[in-house]
Amino acid sequence: MSKHMITATINGDEVDFTCHADQTLLDVLRENLHMTGTKNGCGSGDCGACTVILNGRPINACLVLGAEVDGADIETVEGMAKGTELHPLQQKFLDHAALQCGICTPGFLNMAKALLEKNPDPTETEVRFGLAGNLCRCTGYDKIVRAVMDAAAEMRANQS
Amino acid sequence: MSDTTDNAKTNFKWVGKRTRRPDGPDKVTGRARYGDDMFMPGMLHGKTLRSPHAHAKILSIDTSKAEALKGVKAVVTHKDIPDHPLSKPPYGPAIADLHDISRNVMAREKVLYDGHAVAAVAATSERIARQALKLIEVEYEVLPHVLDPLEAAQPDAPVLHDHQFTLGVEPAPEKPSNVFRVVSTGRGDVDKGFAEADIIVEREFRTQPVHQGYIEPQALIASASEDGAVELWTTTQGHFVIRAFCAKLLKMDTATIRVTASEIGGGFGGKNNVYSEPVAIRLSQKTGRPVRMVMTREEVFRATGPASGTYSKVRMGAKKDGTLVAAEGVIYNQAGAFKGSPVLRSVDSFFSSYTVENVKTTAYDVCVNRPKVAAYRAPGAPMATLGAEMAINELADKLGMDPIDLRMKNAVQDGGQSVAGVKYGRIGLQEVLERAKNSDHYKSALGPNQGRGFALGYWMHGGGLSSVVANLLDDGTVAIATGNPDIGGSRSSMRAMAAEELGVELETIKPIVADTGSMGYSHLTAGSRTTFATGLAVINSVQEIIEKLRALAAKKWEIPVEDVTWEAGQAVTQRDGFEAMSLKQLAGMATKMGGPIAGHSEINAGGAGAAFCAQICDVEVDPETGFVAPKRHTIFLDAGRAISPDYVEGQMQGGAVQGIGWALNEEYIYDDKGRLLNTGFLDYRMPVASDLPMIDTVIIEVPNPNHPYGVRGVGEPPLVPAPAAVANAVENAIGVRATSLPLSPPKVLDMIESARPAVAAE
Repeated sequence: MSKHMITATINGDEVDFTCHADQTLLDVLRENLHMTGTKNGCGSGDCGACTVILNGRPINACLVLGAEVDGADIETVEGMAKGTELHPLQQKFLDHAALQCGICTPGFLNMAKALLEKNPDPTETEVRFGLAGNLCRCTGYDKIVRAVMDAAAEMRANQS
Repeated sequence: MSDTTDNAKTNFKWVGKRTRRPDGPDKVTGRARYGDDMFMPGMLHGKTLRSPHAHAKILSIDTSKAEALKGVKAVVTHKDIPDHPLSKPPYGPAIADLHDISRNVMAREKVLYDGHAVAAVAATSERIARQALKLIEVEYEVLPHVLDPLEAAQPDAPVLHDHQFTLGVEPAPEKPSNVFRVVSTGRGDVDKGFAEADIIVEREFRTQPVHQGYIEPQALIASASEDGAVELWTTTQGHFVIRAFCAKLLKMDTATIRVTASEIGGGFGGKNNVYSEPVAIRLSQKTGRPVRMVMTREEVFRATGPASGTYSKVRMGAKKDGTLVAAEGVIYNQAGAFKGSPVLRSVDSFFSSYTVENVKTTAYDVCVNRPKVAAYRAPGAPMATLGAEMAINELADKLGMDPIDLRMKNAVQDGGQSVAGVKYGRIGLQEVLERAKNSDHYKSALGPNQGRGFALGYWMHGGGLSSVVANLLDDGTVAIATGNPDIGGSRSSMRAMAAEELGVELETIKPIVADTGSMGYSHLTAGSRTTFATGLAVINSVQEIIEKLRALAAKKWEIPVEDVTWEAGQAVTQRDGFEAMSLKQLAGMATKMGGPIAGHSEINAGGAGAAFCAQICDVEVDPETGFVAPKRHTIFLDAGRAISPDYVEGQMQGGAVQGIGWALNEEYIYDDKGRLLNTGFLDYRMPVASDLPMIDTVIIEVPNPNHPYGVRGVGEPPLVPAPAAVANAVENAIGVRATSLPLSPPKVLDMIESARPAVAAE
């Protein structure tokens, strides 16, 4: 089976890769590029563990084909911190103990980041609906919602 | 809202403090490596062929076409897995029969459930492995199947195992049965008790099996070398247990297998067992190459363990003043394809919060054509608790008593015992009930279409085998290695306890989870045992270091060791002329004055003690659709001592929300051929953020006298009363009795409509 030659920007770096037509972006990130920060929880777009930001929009990497991302801009959890300085959302997830096993965390972080870019001052209900496509089985979501609200407040304060 | 009570000493430096978890940064940056985040050079990809039938004889398996496919390196079937004889009684709470396990990892004579493994291939790519599965030809003779535990227990039901004759019944049966064993326990005389009762309540319930729902599917890499050594990387709650199962199952020497536990993406009891591990080892042995096997979500649902679905019957009798005089509970637990549902836990779970004089509980362990059940957070308890806690609420209603008052009147006291006769020491039940009764939540008003449910849960924690190695390094830092995968923040708690003992800064302690080749045996991270049992081993290990440091200081000072004490991270003496020496100073001296310093501890920890958890749940029911929305939920838990309150709260919130899912949404849907239809998270509906309110927690600390810091364990109790609290709330909202879970919208709508006056139908 012939492969596609793709060039995309991942976390600001230009990355070339080849992939089969049936490989998802998730397969490419994890299996081809060994960028395993993006997690595979279901492969059917139901759990959100593979949420990445594609051209500014949060998407499930398991529902996008690798061959579709030629020329695209992709942000994954590995690119979230600026060097060794954690993103406010990463900081707040640690401060609020918003993770236990951590398998869903990269997806939540990306989804929350995209949510706050669109809506910097969300209500609790808006956060809950914004994150409703991401499953967490450990936390009951309480501490995740608090961490996102707190990060939003801090990001607003830093901008003003 | 988060609230904690502390009724014991409070002068801790690290115990009970909210600190960032040591594994946190790696988990928020994507650096943490889970089961399928590992790659090895030359690695092959393994895939499993699974049964499309619920129950069928395997007539033949032809793998020749698959083996001929380019890129396929090996195929295995049951012929590659050694057979084992049936184990013999007596049986404890957990049954690990190699006869059954060998057949669960690879079907032998029959397939026993949709999804049962039949063959596996290793190929150079996952794509080729999947193609190869399609080329394996299996000839089946389909047999009648049975899914329901009550039906499966009937004499005319299709029988899964011809060798299984029910244990625990008189006379001994002559015909094989799906009922593996019937266990009973209790005290007093229930007939006499019910005869004395002024009021009797009788209820029946059915619950669905529910999956643990960990977000990370099972994933591993096995690598066998030519000299017989095997390296295994896997996501598990107990890599020592995985090593033992693989070695026994494959008839290998235990020490030849070295297992490393990956970071674990959730387990909840579901990652205590082997599934693909022995198969991957065989594939690697056959090919001489590492073999990676990752389950799809569909495979996780079809082939890994749910908690038992159940049928149960509960009868409770009380005097007019609310004194409970008799209680009887019967439960049929689905075991899945092989024996071993948590019947001993079920019989102990029904009424163990109460001092009822006459009590009898019975549980049936019933094989059905579903995946073999696995532990799930307080295995066996939530389903038995559901019946008991809904019946006692109905009693309260009929007696005109407040449900918490009725429980307080009958609550078991310090020194009491459970239904099965497990003796309690100091327990926090009274405190839990008082805090719930006096809470703002309990006193608050309800809105229209809302209902409130209260339920109480009991759980006896585990102790058991734990090993720890603590190494003092020459710069004064301490590496703490445990054998327990960190599933809920245990590294944080181990670090806090070690720093507390040593009297040093938190950052001085570096906790890790070590592989099976590095240290002594540790049992599973399960049974809420790790902070208690492994924590004790951490304390022992650090104490050994302290003893060695005292001796070192005595040597340096040339005084008797008895004159040296360890205080706030320093060796000190009352003798004149000696300045205290810090951990760091002593660590630097050690290598020049006798050698490296380490401590280790290998224990069998007893005395974990009982915990009680109460929950108040408010729901709002949409009378048009039957949709139930949880509006407020508060958990009251006696944690003994919360070493890391953040992670204790996390356990409480996560456990309660699993219970909410159990009560409202989660269920398995099979077609008439016994094939599972809802094999994904879209149709197996676990709670999402928009389904829920904040989950309030009240940590009550009645220290366990058998642990230096009073730890009891916290992982499991928060799930025990949760389904009952939610179901009681739904009943309270709509005024109709619930008889089965989940209380999904169509069912609740039927319940509402059944209660509407008949006039409406005319």
